[in-house]
Amino acid sequence: MRFFPYIVAAWLMLVGLYGIATSRNLVHAITCLSVAQSSTYILLLSVGFERGGTAPIFLDVPVGTKAVDPVVGALTLTDVVVGATVSALLLALAVQAYKHHGSLDPEHFRRHQD
Amino acid sequence: MTPALRRRMFLVAAAVAGLLLLWGLTGLPDYGVYNGPYGDVLNEVAVAERKATNVVGAVTFDYRGVDTMGEEYILFAAVLGVAILLRAQRDETENPPDEDAADRNAPQTSNAVRVIGLALVGPVVLFGLYLVLHGHLTPGGGFQGGVVLATAALLVYLSGEYVTLRRVSPELVTDLAESVGAASYVAVGLLGVAAGTAFLDNVLPLGQPGELLSAGIIPPINAAIGLEVAGGFVLLLSEFLEQTLVIRRPGEVT
Repeated sequence: MRFFPYIVAAWLMLVGLYGIATSRNLVHAITCLSVAQSSTYILLLSVGFERGGTAPIFLDVPVGTKAVDPVVGALTLTDVVVGATVSALLLALAVQAYKHHGSLDPEHFRRHQD
Repeated sequence: MTPALRRRMFLVAAAVAGLLLLWGLTGLPDYGVYNGPYGDVLNEVAVAERKATNVVGAVTFDYRGVDTMGEEYILFAAVLGVAILLRAQRDETENPPDEDAADRNAPQTSNAVRVIGLALVGPVVLFGLYLVLHGHLTPGGGFQGGVVLATAALLVYLSGEYVTLRRVSPELVTDLAESVGAASYVAVGLLGVAAGTAFLDNVLPLGQPGELLSAGIIPPINAAIGLEVAGGFVLLLSEFLEQTLVIRRPGEVT
């Protein structure tokens, strides 16, 4: 179990990329990108985890209590926010692609150009 | 390239990438064993230095304040991008909706959804404000609270109509909230410059840890981000809803 969370992260990244590479629908591809990106949350939080550590919030517990790394927590926060905004932007592009091509299938776009 | 060929090429590449990833991941410290030192140092000194009990908040909005400003402008730029992409393009015309079944009776929103939705608006706004204002004390902060505040607008839409959503969050207000929020972050940063130290230096009075008015610049920054995120997400919500809805004001016939 020493590496299990890291393997979950690697699996999520690869399975998300597989979804993007084989996607027949842009909305599906954007969801797959979110899956691939969620691997980074798991990797970051796993690296900062300390067995027996509490959340790095010292309102109820005194300073000096064993706590997990707050830096990776802050990085994950950034990651989540950027992920949400990237999804929103890509979904807007998908809306426009559908308007122009009448389809969300990337294969269809290529046929459309020929 | 055919889909089958692409799939095969991906599987070969993924196998190589997977092996490299595994090789790299086994070099990481064992799960549950933290080697530090930065997290331990921050957990040790942040409460004394910044009087903020939420160390994640202290890292995000103070120690890494400049990075978070960049992140805030990523959000700003993405919302701007969505608004530009989804506004009517030059070659677009608005077609009346294709009514497949003109005599269809669209079901009204059920009263249960309306009542529960409206009843939740108040508590959700309160919870959002609580998250924004206590970001330096407990888990939460401007990003989380801002999203919760935007959810209140979604509840208004669910329990009413699009016109109601626009009435409680006019475009001018959401646009202003987003841009004022984004600008306020920089304004808070400039306080440090005005005080003769550095940009985003924590120059406001720090107070006592655990008190609402403490931690210097962290609560004002949380408030700025809460305003921007709430405005930005309501704007996103309205832009996407406008793509799918035929908006009729009461009494208007098309």
